[in-house]
Amino acid sequence: MDILTISLETAIGPIAAVYVLAAIGLNMHFGYTGLLNFGQVGFMLVGAYGVGVGVGTFGLSLWVAVVLSIACAAVLALLLGIPTLRLRADYLAITTIAVAEAARLLYRAEFARPLTGGVYGRQSLAEGFYDANPVPPGRYGVLGVDFSANQVWLMLVTWGVVGVALLLTSALMHSPWGRVIKGIREDEDAVRSLGKDVFVYKTQSLVLGGVLGGLAGAMLAINQQNITPDQFMPQVTFYLWAMLLLGGAARTFGPVLGPMVLWFLLTAFDETLRTLASEDLLPFIDGSDIGALRHAFVGLALVLLIVYRPQGLIGDRKEMLVNVK
Amino acid sequence: MSSEPRTADGAVRDRMAGVEPAAGVAKPDPILKASGVRRSFGGLTAVDVGHLEVQRGTITALIGPNGAGKSTLFNLLTGFDRVDAGEWSFEGRRLNGLGGHRVARQGMVRTFQLTKALTRLTVLDNMLLAAPGQVGEHFLGALLRPRWRHQEEANRERAMELLARFKLDAKKDDLAGSLSGGQRKLLEMARSLMVNPSMVMLDEPMAGVNPALVQSLLGHITSLRDEGMTVLFVEHDMDVIMGISDWIVVLAQGSVIAEGRPEDIRSNQEVVDAYLGAHHDEPGASAPGSGEEA
Ligand SMILES: Nc1ncnc2c1ncn2[C@@H]1O[C@H](COP(=O)(O)OP(=O)(O)OP(=O)(O)O)[C@@H](O)[C@H]1O
Ligand SMILES: [Mg+2]
Repeated sequence: MDILTISLETAIGPIAAVYVLAAIGLNMHFGYTGLLNFGQVGFMLVGAYGVGVGVGTFGLSLWVAVVLSIACAAVLALLLGIPTLRLRADYLAITTIAVAEAARLLYRAEFARPLTGGVYGRQSLAEGFYDANPVPPGRYGVLGVDFSANQVWLMLVTWGVVGVALLLTSALMHSPWGRVIKGIREDEDAVRSLGKDVFVYKTQSLVLGGVLGGLAGAMLAINQQNITPDQFMPQVTFYLWAMLLLGGAARTFGPVLGPMVLWFLLTAFDETLRTLASEDLLPFIDGSDIGALRHAFVGLALVLLIVYRPQGLIGDRKEMLVNVK
Repeated sequence: MSSEPRTADGAVRDRMAGVEPAAGVAKPDPILKASGVRRSFGGLTAVDVGHLEVQRGTITALIGPNGAGKSTLFNLLTGFDRVDAGEWSFEGRRLNGLGGHRVARQGMVRTFQLTKALTRLTVLDNMLLAAPGQVGEHFLGALLRPRWRHQEEANRERAMELLARFKLDAKKDDLAGSLSGGQRKLLEMARSLMVNPSMVMLDEPMAGVNPALVQSLLGHITSLRDEGMTVLFVEHDMDVIMGISDWIVVLAQGSVIAEGRPEDIRSNQEVVDAYLGAHHDEPGASAPGSGEEA
């Protein structure tokens, strides 16, 4: 029973909200526009460091720093998009994965230390945020789930941002703009032949999804109060992909459901193993193996998903099976 | 806009009156003009057109053997490929270097030989996407639904009229990917008309369309022409070509080898040698889509 509540707390907690936000951005890129972004973590990195550098280095107020996060993510999107979005789709894929990793190395480099704190990152970033907490102190929760007032405040804000992002993307995707975006996913030459400037639309989509990734990074910095570059390893991007595909791409709530379900399963998996290990029921497993097993578990879950439910939990099977040629 | 004279009684008349049937000949009122357009792939010269003009308000067929360079010429003229040399203009405006979407906005809209249906969009959305000048197409405009609702309504009406003409109205809510090959051809043609072009360039629009529907589409294309639209199309079916073309341009190995009215082309020895071949006997000029198929 304990495992269930802990898993549930993770599934609705602020970290899940951060992943949901980043996955909504990825859904804009891949699900709707067909852009292969394998570097969503790069947007989270520059977003987190907008807060890290803004608050930690320059002592800006948190709210100004979040604006800086958004601006950094938008600039990164333009840097990635302008050279690649006129080329074939694979160029964006290669560029995003490389640039996200290069950005991490750049932010942790010794020469960047005066600005970013190098490998040590930045600390105490969220005091302004919790000072503004309007939630009365105390414990909150139902059904055994239990959160502190600060956590509730953080969840209100992160899920609130998720709500706004959902409203925005859903309004866009149900408009003529969204129709062009989906058309580009299907065949950009056809869309071009009908007089639409495909490059502009792809750039807009890349910026929008990137900014959502940047906001997710900013929320992460606020949640943890400190950041280091090595939290932004490439596997974060692949977790986001797994979550999006699990939930269902090109669906409004796919990127919401996917991260929540995967976080629930991951936590339940970790906790179960840990409980069993602590009772010496798994003598062949070392405590440090749990992380590796968790990767194997995600891999297995993805394989099962692709075989049995390629459209994701709430994807549209009809769309999935349509004769694309 | 058209300066072309019309007969009030609708009698059959020659829209190309006075134009000599010769490759590269000038037309009285050209909507499209191309000069020295060349494109090679490695050592192969796919297109090398000395001079070509398309008369406004006519149906012009572009014919030639497989690999003659017809589709490549379409790609070049519509900004989907880059020329090695040459220049061309549409309605007097130079098009060199314009991207595909810019050319389409000038009013010259093309379709593709390999159909490009937007498969995971509905048939109706395929149509609506093509409507020009939509307020809701802009990022910020999209968020203000009241500003584009009426325009969307009007576009929907026009889309449904076109779909009805192409016998696709019953399919409007189906995904375009669920259509058959012929239906996709039809959708693509209907969609190109949704842009309100002054000239359409159709790459094998009748390929895979059943004969009865070919008949009605030919009627439709003819009426578009009568409303002032210019049609340039690639086709291999001789009955279709001879039946509705005002003018025929013959391409072989990238160059225009002959031009003329259907009668001129049929009796042109060079064309017969290069393309029609000895096996093709006099087709029924007035019976397009009669089902005679090689
Ligand atoms: N992208 C390309 N790369 C290399 N060669 C090409 C390319 N596109 C076309 N070609 C060559 O150019 C020539 C003309 O091709 P094109 O598609 O224009 O012919 P076509 O007249 O449309 O033929 P069809 O009637 O079979 O459609 C062909 O020899 C073809 O092999
Ligand atoms: Mg061709």
